[in-house]
Amino acid sequence: MKKTLLAAGVAAMMMGATPVMAKTLVYCSEGSPEGFDPAIYTTGTTFDATSETVFNMLVQFKPGTTELEPAIAKSWEVSDDGLSVTFHLRDDIKFQTTDFFTPSRPLNADDVIWSFERQMDKENPYYKLANGNFEYFNAMSMGELIKSIEKVDAHTVKFVLTEPNAPFLANLAMPFAAIHSQEYEQQLIDEGKPQQANQKPIGTGPFQFVAYREDAAIRYQANPDYFRGKQPIDNLVFAITPDAQVRYQKLMAGECQVMPFPNPADVKAMKQNDEIQVLQEPGLNVAYLAYNTQQKPFDQPEVRRALNMAINKQAIIDAVFQGAGEVAKNPIPPTMWSYNDAVKDDPYDPEKAKQMLADAGVKNLKMDIWAMPVQRPYMPNARRAAELMQADLAKVGVDVNIVTYEWGEYLKRASAVDRKGAVILGWTGDNGDPDNFMGTLLSCAGVGGANRSQWCYKPFDDLIQQARTLSDQAERAKLYEKAQVIFKQQAPWDTLAHSTVFMPIRKEVTGYVINPLGLHSFEGVDIQE
Amino acid sequence: MTSQTLTMFKFILVKLAQLVPTFIGVTIVAFAFIRLLPGDPILLMAGERGISAERYAQLQAQFGFDRPLPVQYWEFLKGLLHGDLGNSLVTHSPVVGEFFSRFPATMELSLFALAFAVIIGLPAGVLAAIRRGKTLDHTVVGISLTGYSMPIFWWGLLLIMFFSGTLGWTPVSGRISFMYFIEPVTGFMTIDTLLAGDWGAFLSALHHLILPAIVLGTIPLAVIARQTRSSMLEVLGEDYVRTARAKGLSSYRVIMVHTLRNALISVVTVIGLQVGLLLAGAILTETIFSWPGIGKWMIDAISRRDYPSVQGGLVLIAFIVMIVNLLVDLAYGVINPRIRH
Repeated sequence: MKKTLLAAGVAAMMMGATPVMAKTLVYCSEGSPEGFDPAIYTTGTTFDATSETVFNMLVQFKPGTTELEPAIAKSWEVSDDGLSVTFHLRDDIKFQTTDFFTPSRPLNADDVIWSFERQMDKENPYYKLANGNFEYFNAMSMGELIKSIEKVDAHTVKFVLTEPNAPFLANLAMPFAAIHSQEYEQQLIDEGKPQQANQKPIGTGPFQFVAYREDAAIRYQANPDYFRGKQPIDNLVFAITPDAQVRYQKLMAGECQVMPFPNPADVKAMKQNDEIQVLQEPGLNVAYLAYNTQQKPFDQPEVRRALNMAINKQAIIDAVFQGAGEVAKNPIPPTMWSYNDAVKDDPYDPEKAKQMLADAGVKNLKMDIWAMPVQRPYMPNARRAAELMQADLAKVGVDVNIVTYEWGEYLKRASAVDRKGAVILGWTGDNGDPDNFMGTLLSCAGVGGANRSQWCYKPFDDLIQQARTLSDQAERAKLYEKAQVIFKQQAPWDTLAHSTVFMPIRKEVTGYVINPLGLHSFEGVDIQE
Repeated sequence: MTSQTLTMFKFILVKLAQLVPTFIGVTIVAFAFIRLLPGDPILLMAGERGISAERYAQLQAQFGFDRPLPVQYWEFLKGLLHGDLGNSLVTHSPVVGEFFSRFPATMELSLFALAFAVIIGLPAGVLAAIRRGKTLDHTVVGISLTGYSMPIFWWGLLLIMFFSGTLGWTPVSGRISFMYFIEPVTGFMTIDTLLAGDWGAFLSALHHLILPAIVLGTIPLAVIARQTRSSMLEVLGEDYVRTARAKGLSSYRVIMVHTLRNALISVVTVIGLQVGLLLAGAILTETIFSWPGIGKWMIDAISRRDYPSVQGGLVLIAFIVMIVNLLVDLAYGVINPRIRH
């Protein structure tokens, strides 16, 4: 650190800068953003560089949680029939002033309407520019859900929905719902260069974009007009460093102060390093083994439960996650609201499992277990996990054959209703809403798609459909808790694990909070000297 | 036009004509390569969520993947002739622009790596040949064999841990310190920093080049040293070298003029061939050192099955390697006039 400061001092003198040194935080990011318009991309790397720095949404997740809190909207109300949501916007929000744009007016309802119209109005130049490829907006079915958006007055916007939908609010806290400046983008359209919005973004967020050097670095500076006040650090630099080992070296050398995604094997050494602190939190994810509940004998819940009881999940946590995870019992992670802690997991009990299989008339069972060919945040090594399951199941007389495919092919084949075998897969939450897990992965509508257990069970489906239409969170939570009980009895999956997220930062960094959704934000972060 | 320039001109024309079939071959291989790899870019983009059949078909049509392969190839070729390699499926930006904004970084690194390899490798090879069978010779041969077999990834990390981690002499990765944000003019950081008149930035750029250039230059260094040595040994055994010695010329003159100049022909060939190797090595080196060049860009494109970027990038790289090889062929003409005929 001393060296860096010295170098900074020398450089400042050489550049004729003022003696007051600017505070710069360097973040060793894991990759390059695909662009700077969070509406057209789907990766966390891009969101870190856009929605988490430059932009704000109408509502946001309270730091470190998945609870919603006001952002651009200071308050909102949902109509009794659940068919409209009215947002009251703050009137003190300015868009960023940079060397490429100077706003002439503060944020108002037109900007909010514009930010959604550009994703749903086929005549909007930005819709045309992106060929309508607003993947998240489409994936969250926002187009079907939003009937119209009305400007009530300069600072009030009403969303009219086609059906009551509680997760809608959480969707609005997602990166694709970032609020863009209509004035800036209209200006770019008039100048015939609308694509510049994807290279030089303008938002209302805590940091404003300065420059990007492809695959090398992104530079931001604190937005002096930020509506929650100027940030304690003056400059924020993303030093793009794809290799985890190299990020670690840079962190130790003081070339960056924060790094994401360490190698799990390095975490122990990092924790022993005096200059580094390792923050950790359970990730908002789940890894599971999905049986095909439409194929014999896996159509019988007793058979599925017996197989679950034959698999030693703790051994998988120890060997595959190297301790960086916990055994899962529900389809949603414990940090999510409505998590039902009263649910009892089926214990690891090979003897009983053998008996249950015999009772169900299952003999000499042969089955495939699919192991993903890639590492995912919820599963470091699926092949190894599959091998452990193979060994466990052999003990109860089940002969397992491990299969795998190229990742894209794997995802596609795993969706097929007539698929043979059980699939290892997982999910990372998009918006912290239980519906994003249970509705996406276990609903009847998801069969043949993201519902890889091809499980359509009416008592469960009715509960989650009903929960989706209620706006009262406590009421919804009750329904989801019930749904988890049914899920456990029916066991369409073996819930394997929730992985732990590690975030190594240098000791001098304060105020950093892990984002449960896997994004990285620097609002409120400071460096102690 | 003198007959000599005419011969040279004809020589260049023939060489250029020979490039055409090679180039067509390259376009076919580049087009086929990424499509033969299993994996569908649209499915990869959709991830765990999956994609509806309707949306899938829509995207296929949009990217042109629903058309027969020969038609897709023809479109690719047509675009190529117009200098248009299409847009990346991931960033939606033109491939040509993405390639050339990163290419100078790779070229700068490769040039420094090559300079390192030549400056060390050539004299080492000459010395080893002169001291044949002596300790120096064994050392050079031993080290170059080790260098040649060095796995780049491991070597890079090892150097980073020692020089950047333990000693703190060199920066861990990147192209320049985060304190400098140099406006790209040529794309060569060393040149752009000088153009900006920022001496500190220039030194920082050089500082950042040291480790990656050494890592990338290690294998070419080994190859050049070995080639120089064996080619020198061959020439040293020639009659004219014996004659030169017999004439009583100083041994410096015998080595530098009579031997080295003749030995250089095969060494230049080998140096020319290193360009392809350097570009291949750049893929790993750039990934370790977070070097923002085309190597890392290609890796990302391949892993995402970004068809336009991969096929476009491969064609451009092949084209560049072909041009360099052509230049090397022409360089022989200068070193050895007999080749021109």
